[in-house]
Amino acid sequence: MESQIKLDFENFLNKEKFSSSQIQLKKNNFNEFIKKGFPNKRIEDWKFSDLNQIIQTNIKKLNFINSDIKKEDFEITTVKDFEHNKIIFLNGVILKVDFTFEENDKIIIQQNHNINEDNVENSLVSLNSAFVSNYVKFTVKKGYETKKPLIFYNYLTSDITSSALNIRIDIDLEDGSSLNVVDLSNQNLNNNFINLRQNFHIGENAILKKYFLDTGNSPNIKYIYNNLDLSKNSHLEYFILSSGSKFLKNDIICSLNNEYGSISLNGVINLDGEKHHEIKTVINHKDENCKSYQLIKCVLTDKSKGVYQGKIYVDNKAQKTDGYQLSRALLLNDQTEFNAKPELEIYADDVKCSHGSTSGNIDEDSIFYLMSRGLSYEQSKQLLVNGFLHEVLEKITDEKIKIFIKKLTGLENEY
Amino acid sequence: MNSIEKNIDNLKDYKYGFITDIENIRAPKGLNEDTIKFISNIKKEPKWMLDFRIKAFERLKLLKEPNWQKPKFPKIDYQDLYYYSAPKSMDDKPKSLDELDPKLLETYKKLGIPLQEQARLNGIAIDAVFDSVSVATTFKEELIKQGIIFCSMSEAIQKHSELVRKYLGSVIPITDHFYATLNSAVFTDGSFVYIPEGIRCPMELSTYFRINASETGQFERTLIIADKGSYVSYLEGCTAPMRDKNQLHAANVELIALDDAEIKYSTVQNWYPGDKNGKGGIYNFVTKRGLCKGKNSKISWTQVETGSAITWKYPSCILKGDNSVGEFYSIAITNNYQMADTGTKMIHLGKNTRSKIISKGISAGNSDMMYRGLVDISARADNSRNFTQCDSLLMGNKCGAHTIPYIKNKNSKSKIEHEATTSKISDEQLYYCKQRGLNSEEAISLIVNGFCKEVLQQLPMEFAVEAQKLVGISLEGSVG
Repeated sequence: MESQIKLDFENFLNKEKFSSSQIQLKKNNFNEFIKKGFPNKRIEDWKFSDLNQIIQTNIKKLNFINSDIKKEDFEITTVKDFEHNKIIFLNGVILKVDFTFEENDKIIIQQNHNINEDNVENSLVSLNSAFVSNYVKFTVKKGYETKKPLIFYNYLTSDITSSALNIRIDIDLEDGSSLNVVDLSNQNLNNNFINLRQNFHIGENAILKKYFLDTGNSPNIKYIYNNLDLSKNSHLEYFILSSGSKFLKNDIICSLNNEYGSISLNGVINLDGEKHHEIKTVINHKDENCKSYQLIKCVLTDKSKGVYQGKIYVDNKAQKTDGYQLSRALLLNDQTEFNAKPELEIYADDVKCSHGSTSGNIDEDSIFYLMSRGLSYEQSKQLLVNGFLHEVLEKITDEKIKIFIKKLTGLENEY
Repeated sequence: MNSIEKNIDNLKDYKYGFITDIENIRAPKGLNEDTIKFISNIKKEPKWMLDFRIKAFERLKLLKEPNWQKPKFPKIDYQDLYYYSAPKSMDDKPKSLDELDPKLLETYKKLGIPLQEQARLNGIAIDAVFDSVSVATTFKEELIKQGIIFCSMSEAIQKHSELVRKYLGSVIPITDHFYATLNSAVFTDGSFVYIPEGIRCPMELSTYFRINASETGQFERTLIIADKGSYVSYLEGCTAPMRDKNQLHAANVELIALDDAEIKYSTVQNWYPGDKNGKGGIYNFVTKRGLCKGKNSKISWTQVETGSAITWKYPSCILKGDNSVGEFYSIAITNNYQMADTGTKMIHLGKNTRSKIISKGISAGNSDMMYRGLVDISARADNSRNFTQCDSLLMGNKCGAHTIPYIKNKNSKSKIEHEATTSKISDEQLYYCKQRGLNSEEAISLIVNGFCKEVLQQLPMEFAVEAQKLVGISLEGSVG
């Protein structure tokens, strides 16, 4: 594979016109990746998900460069449930940016951005930096509250296969602004490796609501690296619906850099078949009086595997921190597996931090209770599972999006 | 300094920091095959034992020191250590306690461990280990009547070689991690316990470890076998003199419980923790592992960790037999510059196995405390159950408290519950106690003892009292 990727990288540099300093940066990142390779289970953060092995068993030969893709005849379907702004990526390339519902000068979009040097100890981020060609950076101006949500459509055409796609989006919310974002992707029946990086900067008093949705069924392998910086008195709501891809890892790093920031991070992992999904979170409490709340629920059937790794870090400056983390898993089948590593790393004394983690099957007494009221075994089980997941969905504060997500998960009529 | 201040100062110091001036026999410095042969030779070991050691040493050459732990420390020069040190008077082992060097007896008296049986009213059988050798074992006769074997490891290798050969290295194989393998190669002494079928050991068995010589590593090895339907409660205590240099202590403890047997292992660890600026102290890198081999067997670990500059250990249970039970109760206290990375592993292999983990961590001063634990339920371990609770208490904002549990569940019929909290002593609690006439230190001692109560309750009576005092002393001067 190594010779192939080197060849691809050469071709990529020749094809795109970068400045010499950019070429150097990309080469540095590329060498960093070559040195480390795809992460394997010997790396602590990948202990429960050996990506190197997963890629090898699912994708025979990985291409890092995609040419000759027919874009014209691809029919783009968009969400009809609510009005929204769009950014559409097709095979990792920006196809369309549409902010019809917003005032013109309030959102600034920049493309073909140069990458900066950053020190992230993560080979996949290096890979992303090496291969990303034109990424979007957009800024929501000071005090502007967006009127409609924004949806990122990440579409793949059916003729793209065994390819590595490196995509990057940077969003800057200036002080006092607000934005709701939804991530969506289409079902694609070919094995691809999608390496998505998103950086968010949330200014003072700004609010970001982010909904990452991975539904349906696809053999894709996805890695999402999210870096979110919060300023004073800002708020982040983050929701993950993780159920569609063959493998998906959401790697979320949030930093509460200033006082009174708050984070509500909720996730649902709902798997069947041989899917393997992981949510990994790191919440850095760096200043006083910040709050973070995490709730992850996981339902596993067939031979699926769910992983949750969460870490709350509290700096010695961050007194009066309130940190909470709960992960619960339902293992409905003999061959399912759930692994958790909820971590606390605390250097301040006046804090309230706790975590909980449970895993097991459905309580038979509850099933008995429902069956004695006339439901069948299957119905009872389904009702209990839906109720279990419902708690997480109820955390969503954007009503329209909540209804949309309930529809996607088939939970809209239960209650 | 007036007398009261002096008194207070004395109290805060490490009570067991004295050095016994006694002549020693030592193996030449350094870790090599000759040292191992020296140890084996001086102990008059059979050939299989030497082979075991050499095999471990060969393996050790291939291993690297692990470095994933949280407390980092300067590299240990294994060639600059003495691997064997024994009081000279032990050269010809005394037949009875009367022949024991009076200086040794004096040492143990200072530690509060009277070895003379007649002085012992509460009936605890003690094996005292001084540097590398076991110096005395009490109440032997009485135990032998019931068929219980309680003696030093060296003696067991001579007299009960069949048992030792069968079980030594069966729970911690010589191919285990670096420190365990090092121990297998150079271990000097320790305790050996065998409880025959159906016997309930009538008294607490206890070992007292003391490191006296400087630049010595203590590598003791303990092996406890509880045969079918038996029960034993075993206590372990340890101290060391105050020295500026760090000393290494890498012990291996293996427990084996057969069908219906129960082993209760309690530790009060009070090695020298180093001075207020973090100079000196013991590196306590211990491998403790219990195997619930038979059906309905039970192993329970209770530990009170207050000493050592660095504590790095995970007493574990392998629950192999169906219906077996593993328990882990721990209090770990770090003050000044102490560091601890401790916890447990519960590996569920058999059906209907249960485990319970209660861990209480208290950190003060500039110390760092870590709970790291593994709960692993394998695919075959139907109807298994685990409950884990880790609470941490922080005193001051220069210390750290961390929790890293690894939770693996591969069985849908099993249940795992884990919870952890981190907090400090609230001002309301302190105010309430002070209002009723306690001073700050008394109030804190009371609250902390309440915080630890669940674990202290698990200790045998005599130990519980000692441990409770220890908890108070360890935290003295940490507030204000």
